[in-house]
Amino acid sequence: MAGYKPVAIQTYPILGEKITQDTLYWNNYKTPVQIKEFGAVSKVDFSPQPPYNYAVTASSRIHIYGRYSQEPIKTFSRFKDTAYCATFRQDGRLLVAGSEDGGVQLFDISGRAPLRQFEGHTKAVHTVDFTADKYHVVSGADDYTVKLWDIPNSKEILTFKEHSDYVRCGCASKLNPDLFITGSYDHTVKMFDARTSESVLCVEHGQPVESVLLFPSGGLLVSAGGRYVKVWDMLKGGQLLVSLKNHHKTVTCLCLSSSGQRLLSGSLDRKVKVYSTTSYKVVHSFDYAASILSLALAHEDETIVVGMTNGILSVKHRKSEAKKESLPRRRRPAYRTFIKGKNYMKQRDDILINRPAKKHLELYDRDLKHFRISKALDRVLDVMQDSDFFLCCFPTCTIKTPEITVSIIKELNRRGVLANALAGRDEKEISHVLNFLIRNLSQPRFAPVLINAAEIIIDIYLPVIGQSPVVDKKFLVLQGLVEKEIDYQRELLETLGMMDMLFATMRRKEGTSVLEHTSDGFPENKKIES
Amino acid sequence: MVEEENIRVVRCGGSELNFRRAVFSADSKYIFCVSGDFVKVYSTVTEECVHILHGHRNLVTGIQLNPNNHLQLYSCSLDGTIKLWDYIDGILIKTFIVGCKLHALFTLAQAEDSVFVIVNKEKPDIFQLVSVKLPKSSSQEVEAKELSFVLDYINQSPKCIAFGNEGVYVAAVREFYLSVYFFKKKTTSRFTLSSSRNKKHAKNNFTCVACHPTEDCIASGHMDGKIRLWRNFYDDKKYTYTCLHWHHDMVMDLAFSVTGTSLLSGGRESVLVEWRDATEKNKEFLPRLGATIEHISVSPAGDLFCTSHSDNKIIIIHRNLEASAVIQGLVKDRSIFTGLMIDPRTKALVLNGKPGHLQFYSLQSDKQLYNLDIIQQEYINDYGLIQIELTKAAFGCFGNWLATVEQRQEKETELELQMKLWMYNKKTQGFILNTKINMPHEDCITALCFCNAEKSEQPTLVTASKDGYFKVWILTDDSDIYKKAVGWTCDFVGSYHKYQATNCCFSEDGSLLAVSFEEIVTIWDSITWELKCTFCQRAGKIRHLCFGRLTCSKYLLGATENGILCCWNLLSCALEWNAKLNVRVMEPDPNSENIAAISQSSVGSDLFVFKPSEPRPLYIQKGISREEVQWGVFVPRDVPESFTSEAYQWLNRSQFYFLTKSQSLLTFSTESPEEKLTPTSKQLLAEESLPTTPFYFILGKHRQQQDEKLNETLENELVQLPLTENIPAISELLHTPAHVLPSAAFLCSMFVNSLLLSKETKSAKEIPEDVDMEEEKESEDSDEENDFTKKVQDTSNTGLGEDIIHQLSKSEEKELRKFRKIDYSWIAAL
Repeated sequence: MAGYKPVAIQTYPILGEKITQDTLYWNNYKTPVQIKEFGAVSKVDFSPQPPYNYAVTASSRIHIYGRYSQEPIKTFSRFKDTAYCATFRQDGRLLVAGSEDGGVQLFDISGRAPLRQFEGHTKAVHTVDFTADKYHVVSGADDYTVKLWDIPNSKEILTFKEHSDYVRCGCASKLNPDLFITGSYDHTVKMFDARTSESVLCVEHGQPVESVLLFPSGGLLVSAGGRYVKVWDMLKGGQLLVSLKNHHKTVTCLCLSSSGQRLLSGSLDRKVKVYSTTSYKVVHSFDYAASILSLALAHEDETIVVGMTNGILSVKHRKSEAKKESLPRRRRPAYRTFIKGKNYMKQRDDILINRPAKKHLELYDRDLKHFRISKALDRVLDVMQDSDFFLCCFPTCTIKTPEITVSIIKELNRRGVLANALAGRDEKEISHVLNFLIRNLSQPRFAPVLINAAEIIIDIYLPVIGQSPVVDKKFLVLQGLVEKEIDYQRELLETLGMMDMLFATMRRKEGTSVLEHTSDGFPENKKIES
Repeated sequence: MVEEENIRVVRCGGSELNFRRAVFSADSKYIFCVSGDFVKVYSTVTEECVHILHGHRNLVTGIQLNPNNHLQLYSCSLDGTIKLWDYIDGILIKTFIVGCKLHALFTLAQAEDSVFVIVNKEKPDIFQLVSVKLPKSSSQEVEAKELSFVLDYINQSPKCIAFGNEGVYVAAVREFYLSVYFFKKKTTSRFTLSSSRNKKHAKNNFTCVACHPTEDCIASGHMDGKIRLWRNFYDDKKYTYTCLHWHHDMVMDLAFSVTGTSLLSGGRESVLVEWRDATEKNKEFLPRLGATIEHISVSPAGDLFCTSHSDNKIIIIHRNLEASAVIQGLVKDRSIFTGLMIDPRTKALVLNGKPGHLQFYSLQSDKQLYNLDIIQQEYINDYGLIQIELTKAAFGCFGNWLATVEQRQEKETELELQMKLWMYNKKTQGFILNTKINMPHEDCITALCFCNAEKSEQPTLVTASKDGYFKVWILTDDSDIYKKAVGWTCDFVGSYHKYQATNCCFSEDGSLLAVSFEEIVTIWDSITWELKCTFCQRAGKIRHLCFGRLTCSKYLLGATENGILCCWNLLSCALEWNAKLNVRVMEPDPNSENIAAISQSSVGSDLFVFKPSEPRPLYIQKGISREEVQWGVFVPRDVPESFTSEAYQWLNRSQFYFLTKSQSLLTFSTESPEEKLTPTSKQLLAEESLPTTPFYFILGKHRQQQDEKLNETLENELVQLPLTENIPAISELLHTPAHVLPSAAFLCSMFVNSLLLSKETKSAKEIPEDVDMEEEKESEDSDEENDFTKKVQDTSNTGLGEDIIHQLSKSEEKELRKFRKIDYSWIAAL
């Protein structure tokens, strides 16, 4: 009638992070390359054009690194004081940077000396950017002003004095040459239009704004400041779309993934968080050694570069995917076999019948189906039969999936044949079983099943104890394990008693007679009894 | 309308199908099985019940085909009668009164006028095989007292008797010996196996026996799983036997195939084994039949086998060991833990079924709808194994959710507990596992209830356990950006002074939860989970707890183990009334305020129906059952009844079903359930039940067209003749089996009369001769024919000598439809 029902393998919820597409994607990077800079890395910017070099601003220097080089391929060091915000032009041929002394300098990538110097700011210029038409530069400075410069004749075109505190971040629209955005420590983000003399939009972030970012379409604006990352809908006149509070220190930098589907934020709490831009939920998070000041993603997310306060630049390259194909391929039936009938078009009256899915049984299930109980147990205890020459220390199956082994032991017990399956083993075989017990006996989820199995083993092999030093040693280890566990449980029980007492005193103070157990105390209790 | 009749307890369906071997009809179209006081006739193809043969007054214990007429069936019963049936029409032909309890029935083609039955005469446990001579007489009831003794001191079960090799001998087994009685020599040989004195042969007991149809060979099954094939048993000394051993547990039944080339055996392993050529090597298996094989039978045509199983199921198996049909009754193999429930969607009765399954059983059609596999594990049927038991189940949210609890307890300390929550999937029309919770409690779960309030926004489930806690589980949204998912999580854990929680119950609107902790009832607010108040009556542990409904929703009822029924008022928080009643079952009616309580006394069980607002019961019925009633349930009626009498009004909108300890399902009704069970199969008679195969479409149509053409030509040529097929009297006459009709002389005049044309019709209507309008003419013709038939009926009735006014009333027509019933009286008159 009904087919064989495979053994139900007990599944346990995987603690910690779930494996999702995002974790797989963002974990698929090589170990980071660390480059030591002279000071805190305040800005990293990728050239938009191949070969995707990146400019790193740290202290009074700007280094340009190639994609895989660990040494700078070029250095701009003509700064009297700290340089800020080295940014590539869209064509990747010009670079602009601000500096502590209020100057804005424009460099040619191939040259060394600045092409242009824009003088006009009285205090440090922390943000500069090219506008979309490539011929203007926007700069924001600590003198509360935002200036627009013309590159060909290095003249100041416009000055906006609307901010009431340091202007520390800004960016120009990628689509409209006249639009740009600045964020300031006066808690506002303002959008300026070069065609008018004042800001066209102002949103209140609530904290000093550290970083702003415009989506490529220009419809959404992201601002970071304090612990918040806020997303504003520009098309609705600057309406707050969502406010994210996932960092516990100031968020310093923002970055979009190349697909535009993910938003990355770096913070002083040493974390980079990845958000989905559809649901604004954190989908992944990176940890770094120091507080993060700057963050950049290369074309196609090939490289993540993170600059930190301790001057270390961390560069992560994506793993190449070509490796997987190099596995030795087994000889397969000819291509013709597979395409046979593939190009047959379905006629009008034809009824498509799919081939019934073949139910695949695991090897241990096949053994159990035929009542080969000892073999089934062997099968889940070790896989060394087919890879004997490896003689590795532990079989892979039991290490990785003890729950399968435990489920089979449980199933054998349910069938009432566990003792038969465990009996009649030689020294090597019994030591496999004992190894497994030693490794997993103390796990609360497996304990009830394994204790039963251990008892049966002791009952069976008691008469022959002392004949094999290997097995005897294993038994002693097992004994030690059990003793340790008992001590541990006793300690836990004591702790629980103390906690109960504390709860009791707290309740009396409240003066209520609520008698239910709090849900906090309960898992503790469960653990102990198990 | 039925008010005057008394309400009585009636058995409703769910009777055993596996009590005796099933019997195939000669053409393998039907299969017969005994079922309580009835014999059921099933179609082997459609699995449909075609007839229920009722007539016996007690348990039917044996059925056999009449060897002289394979369209007839003998049955014997504990009421001391042997009845002969026409199974195609479902008619009782004859009754032979033997007078003592008959335990089994055998027929032999060689012994034409006698059958063999097992009777016990002197002592209660000594059984004899006797042959009963069936006197030839034309009357309906015949005394058959002529018994001749064949074998003494035999086993009661018919499995232990087998007639062999065209009735030359009969073999019987009991305990450790096999006795063979030879009819011709009239001698008995007896072969004894070594018995329990030494351990090796401890389980040598015979369990069943079968005889080879053509050779002198007897197969016997044994307790230890061996099958012995006995040969040369004509000689007490020279006999030999060979052993076949595959079964590891006792052999439950054996059967030879019709030709004798293979032997079938089955047992607790639920594997049908076919031994080819009686050798150990050649064997075929049909595994996983679901439950212990109790009986095996083979169709006389040899193309089908069938196995009866302990879970009340008959599987029909093809010659090539492929199961082709399953006839499944209400599974009553094991104890019922879950109690009786009603699936809110299908209105089916839900209870434990096969091991690890929930069965959905339709009360209307006495048929299992389907099995839901809860435990989803390979079922190993072995003696002494502790199985995982499905202990609790509950439906919630109008059938959208199902919660089940399974447990397995090997030792006191080792408890495996699992709770599963199933969601109803509209697309697949079935339940799909949603959440599995391991060890939801530290100890057995005693009660399980959903909050079934209409407006509850979040499905809520409460479990009460012996570990002293009750837990509230809620459905939470577990979806993230990758997938949508919902699952159940624990929301609240409550306890009361570490007492064991024994019952839980939600009020009708879902605002209050009552949990009983041994003797104390606690009331909790279902929104804040605050303890509102407690009730304690100091009258023993609370056994049942339920809230009143509708107008009585302010009352809470509790029944204690010391036999006190308490009713508390939730508004005044005081005891409203109490009564001394040892309540076993307490069930609220979902459609009214009524609550049914069944109390248990030393004499039997009594039913009390009451409203919580009044301590006086609405209805009392004493002695509803001798034994303990275990479970009860109200089933909403599809069509409300209209009892006007006050005492029966509680049955108007719901029907009360209950299950006794021996697992008979009973209900209260004014009519017998068999009358209500109108099998849709009355029309499924032999010639009508031909399936519409593609061949039918081709050939049948063709034939019809031919017929029509023929008719047309006839119509054109001849004077209008009524078609014989369309005259009910004639068709009845032709379709009634010959052996139940009165003599031809009696029928002749009537038959001829029916063929005659009455004059009035001719004069009344002109024969239309328009050839162009054939279709119209045909329809007119048919009208005319109807008129004819009516007239003809009249004439036939006058032919019977009854004075009838010449009117064409419907009742007359009906009377004629019941033609078969009338003709019995003729037989008596003759």
